[in-house]
Amino acid sequence: MPSTTPSEWAIEADGLVKAFGENRAVDGVDLRVRTGAVYGVLGPNGAGKTTTISMLATLLRPDGGSARVFGHDVVREANAVRQLIGVTGQYASVDEKVSGLENMIVFGRLLGLSHRAAKAKGLELLEAFGLAEAAKRPVRKFSGGMRRRLDLASSLIARPPLIFLDEPTTGLDPRTRGQMWDVIRALVGGGSTVLLTTQYLDEADQLADRIAVIDRGRVVAEGTADELKGLVGNASLLLRVVDAERIDDTVRAIQEVLGTTATVTPEAGRLTAPMAEPDRITDLLIAFRERGIRLAEVSVEKPTLDEVFLTITGHDAADQTESAAADDDQEEVAA
Amino acid sequence: MSAIIETEPAVFPAELRRHVGLRETLSQTLTMAYRALIRLRRTPEQWADVLIMPFIFTFMFAYLFGGAIAGGVEAYLPMLIPAIIVQGVVQASAVTGTQLREDMDTGVFDRFRSLPMARIAPLAGALLTDTIRYAVITGLTMLVGMLIGWRPGGGWGILVACLLVIITSWSVSWIWALLGVKARTAGTVQGIAMLIIMPLTFFSNAFVPTSTLPDWLRPVAEWNPVSHLITAFRELANDGVWGVDVWWTLLGAAVIVAIFAPLAVRAYMRKA
Repeated sequence: MPSTTPSEWAIEADGLVKAFGENRAVDGVDLRVRTGAVYGVLGPNGAGKTTTISMLATLLRPDGGSARVFGHDVVREANAVRQLIGVTGQYASVDEKVSGLENMIVFGRLLGLSHRAAKAKGLELLEAFGLAEAAKRPVRKFSGGMRRRLDLASSLIARPPLIFLDEPTTGLDPRTRGQMWDVIRALVGGGSTVLLTTQYLDEADQLADRIAVIDRGRVVAEGTADELKGLVGNASLLLRVVDAERIDDTVRAIQEVLGTTATVTPEAGRLTAPMAEPDRITDLLIAFRERGIRLAEVSVEKPTLDEVFLTITGHDAADQTESAAADDDQEEVAA
Repeated sequence: MSAIIETEPAVFPAELRRHVGLRETLSQTLTMAYRALIRLRRTPEQWADVLIMPFIFTFMFAYLFGGAIAGGVEAYLPMLIPAIIVQGVVQASAVTGTQLREDMDTGVFDRFRSLPMARIAPLAGALLTDTIRYAVITGLTMLVGMLIGWRPGGGWGILVACLLVIITSWSVSWIWALLGVKARTAGTVQGIAMLIIMPLTFFSNAFVPTSTLPDWLRPVAEWNPVSHLITAFRELANDGVWGVDVWWTLLGAAVIVAIFAPLAVRAYMRKA
């Protein structure tokens, strides 16, 4: 049976388009996700990430282009695709008014399990996600992290080979976020393919084998985290000065020696500067000693995905308002 | 918390079904009805109208209009009780549409849409469970009627009348389901439904004999499908007679389901 063998590509999307009125939320997205991989779709709010996932998960009908999941067309073979996927939404797709266990029973029954099997499976998954004690409580009394875990547990009842995670850690505290990362890694260890969207650059960096950077409904860059970082330049200099008041002198020294403009981060005394040749750091350090600028920390690193995003799209990954405020800060420092 | 996931590998289904079969569709509909039942049990406020309406409307109409229209409360009851029941369940059927809209606005419907399940199941399941509410309204109104002196002589006809009104309301609820799927908010559904239901139930033979109506209005009231249901109920419950109006009602109900169920499911799939 051809349908039982996983194909090389878990997802093949060609020129996907979805328009809401005048707004082309997704404007020709191409994606290739290899079976067994974690694929990250990275972009700011409103870039078209959720709309793209919705089309791939048969929740929205594309206005243009086509997509296949393990070789099955998402429009013509929607029911087949639905047997291969699990979807965990940005906003937990669980029933608020009923208990966690009842949620699991309903989903299990809908997937063809008997009442007894659905209950057993539900209890097993609730246990695995640390929700056993809350099993009988109505979901509206769950915390945000518990809801997200229940949502993910619900997606795993049939252990689908492809799992969509739409911003799985948005709004979670760092500890819960780390747990979610462990779960995602475990899923991949079990042979699942994972497509996750995120606004967090470090999340994509941590988890994804390949990353598509998406901006205004289009894929603007694609590759491994290292490849994307390579787009920005060789290295990035990070330093922290002991005396925060000398920061202007430090910026001036960098400008003179390296010929590049350093960016001051909000934390006191921290600077980053792009560096074409890591070799030049020697000259820079000598210049600092001559001027009596004392360093608390210095390192040369590959650029972060934040810098990648800035370079590729020409604007910050954060919301428009925030990036405008950041620009103001930079001008003040430069002045 | 991830221990179990590591030990359980992903499962690639042995066989992919392109369509959902009839047996699965039925089973999924029952599961969705089960879900609606849990929700109904958990939200007591949904029972308020169902429990209170039969009392208020029966008392109000019986003592307000009984003397004027039939020369006394008891003489009015055989005409009134069936009318109150029909009006009550038709209004309750509109609530089905508003609740469906509210339900669909929650994230859980995204999950239902992503599951390999029949597209009709979420609608049919919700509509099926709501027949419980229709049954409660019917039973309570009859009880109140009997307490204040209604003595229906229909025997088995009473039970048939109840079944008829519940089946008809279920059919009518497909109209509100379509509205619920299409409308932007639950309030819209409620508003439009009431705009249709109020004239439909009042321009009928519900509360006054049609012979008292002006010439231009009488045919309207007599052709009104609600009048046929009320007449059918009166004949069945009061006299145990299966009249021609029962057939008209059943035909009407079948036509409504045949038109609106596919439209509602199609609208739901469009949203999906």
